[in-house]
Amino acid sequence: MLEVALRHGFRGFALDMAFTAAPEGVTALFGPSGCGKSTVLNAVAGLLRPQEGRILLDGEKLLDTARGLMLPPERRRCGLVFQDARLFPHMSVAGNLRYGLRRAPAGAAGPGFEEVLDLLGIAPLLDRRPARLSGGERQRVALGRALLMRPRLLLMDEPLAALDAARRAEILPFLARLREAARLPILYVTHALDEVDALADRLVLMEAGRVLAAGSVEELTARTDLPLAARRDAGVVIPCTIAAQDAARGLTRFDFAGGSLLAPLNPEPVGTRLRLRLRARDVSVALTPPEGISMQNVLPAVLRSITPTGSPHEVFLHLAIGETALLARVTRDAMERLGLTPGLGLWAMVKSVTFDHARGGA
Amino acid sequence: MPPIFLADYNGYMIQLSAEEWQAVRLSLDVASRSVLVSLLPAIGIAWLLTRGRFPGRFLLDALVHLPLVVPPVVVGWALLLLFGVRGPIGAPLMEWFGIRLVFTTGGAALATAVMSFPLIVRAVRLGLEQVDPGLEAAASTLGARPVDRFLTVTLPLMSPGILAGAVTAFAAGLGEFGAVITFASNIPGETQTLPLAIYAATQTPGGEPVAARLALISFALALAGLMLAELIARRMHRLLGRF
Repeated sequence: MLEVALRHGFRGFALDMAFTAAPEGVTALFGPSGCGKSTVLNAVAGLLRPQEGRILLDGEKLLDTARGLMLPPERRRCGLVFQDARLFPHMSVAGNLRYGLRRAPAGAAGPGFEEVLDLLGIAPLLDRRPARLSGGERQRVALGRALLMRPRLLLMDEPLAALDAARRAEILPFLARLREAARLPILYVTHALDEVDALADRLVLMEAGRVLAAGSVEELTARTDLPLAARRDAGVVIPCTIAAQDAARGLTRFDFAGGSLLAPLNPEPVGTRLRLRLRARDVSVALTPPEGISMQNVLPAVLRSITPTGSPHEVFLHLAIGETALLARVTRDAMERLGLTPGLGLWAMVKSVTFDHARGGA
Repeated sequence: MPPIFLADYNGYMIQLSAEEWQAVRLSLDVASRSVLVSLLPAIGIAWLLTRGRFPGRFLLDALVHLPLVVPPVVVGWALLLLFGVRGPIGAPLMEWFGIRLVFTTGGAALATAVMSFPLIVRAVRLGLEQVDPGLEAAASTLGARPVDRFLTVTLPLMSPGILAGAVTAFAAGLGEFGAVITFASNIPGETQTLPLAIYAATQTPGGEPVAARLALISFALALAGLMLAELIARRMHRLLGRF
């Protein structure tokens, strides 16, 4: 369990925030560039001394400015993966990987050298110098180096931000595997929503040095009072399981709490847990079950509430399908035409779903 | 001492006399000793000037660079005042350790070291400025303490600068004149390095051939030194993984 409370000011920017991260799983610090999330990460790693603050990791104080206590980074055992990898250019990949391993306390538990090589697919790179690695390979080695130092907490500072789309797609599955394999709390700084969808369990939403909201990804994506709702890809992220594959029809059935969805065939095996992002603009509603339409997914729903969007002509409908929340973005005109009021029973039509990477084995 | 032969520009061999050969060896000896003496302090000072934030940094910077701008004779004279047998440093050195620097090879090396110190510091500083502090930060998060970080990350990465400084100082040290002749005098076999021998030859009637031979050798040594430095630097950059 990581507990952070910080206050720091520099050049017209004030950071004043507090949050906690669960003892296992990924907590994402999410917000626009310059909102202070990297500053928080550096303070946790010990690379920055905040003006005021307290940081506790599993009850041990890493920082307590009130008592003048600040552990140096080398005594915190927080593995940090930098955006620019920061591999040592004068050492081979193997030398880089062993740097932290050699300095880890004798009794510290963690994955073995071979295990990490397998996990990240970096065994063929061992003899190479960092200068001869691609951006994606560099980032994988940096991950391995941080894992092998036997950290108590893994910190990632926008590890994919410096990579192009193809490299990001190459690394994301490794990160997802690492997330499962490393039984560690992970603090993940990013401004990319797809990384949050794929990796994060909990979300700490930041803006201008403050925490706007913190909670599970499912919970925060279902809210419309946060900047998340203003995005084009705004929509609820729901956890689900692959229930059946129908290769003949080219469809996969996903079960979630309260119903199931059909989507174009997904290659993962039955039983795989995934998260789907159902974009609000891809969900529409009807008063009676529609017939003769191309959409595969027509789900019975109850309208919970109606909230405004950034546009004066559109509204968000908060729907409940069983115990799962869903957002739909419709025009104000449609709302008035259909006489939508909270409590009404509706049919929700989901046009398409965005997949996230596989999460976990079975 | 066997005669030493070198080819001259006409294809003839140059034969060095025992005294001339002695001056060459002494120059090499003094230059290498001066580099050995100043290397570690220069690394320390370069570190302070690059990474240190303390009052008087500017003053230290100026002090280190003083030998570059002050006439070498003045530096030699200052050394004479400080390290003379009655000087504030020279007297205790003599009394406690029996070390006398004035008019000795060691003194010539000291004078050369002081003169070339700014050259080494400048080169080491350039080397240190090439080292990304982010790499040191990465090392610290990986559990490396300050000394460990310096030895395993900073020092190897700044080594091209250290090497460049050492070679430049060595090459410059071969030719140090004013400070050496003032502090250590011009004693053949003891403090008479190449430039001093050339100077002595030009002051002797009929000494031109000796001066020319020695001048040619200084030229050859300097050129060889620079080429060697370039060669090592290339190899080093490859080792450090820069392309």
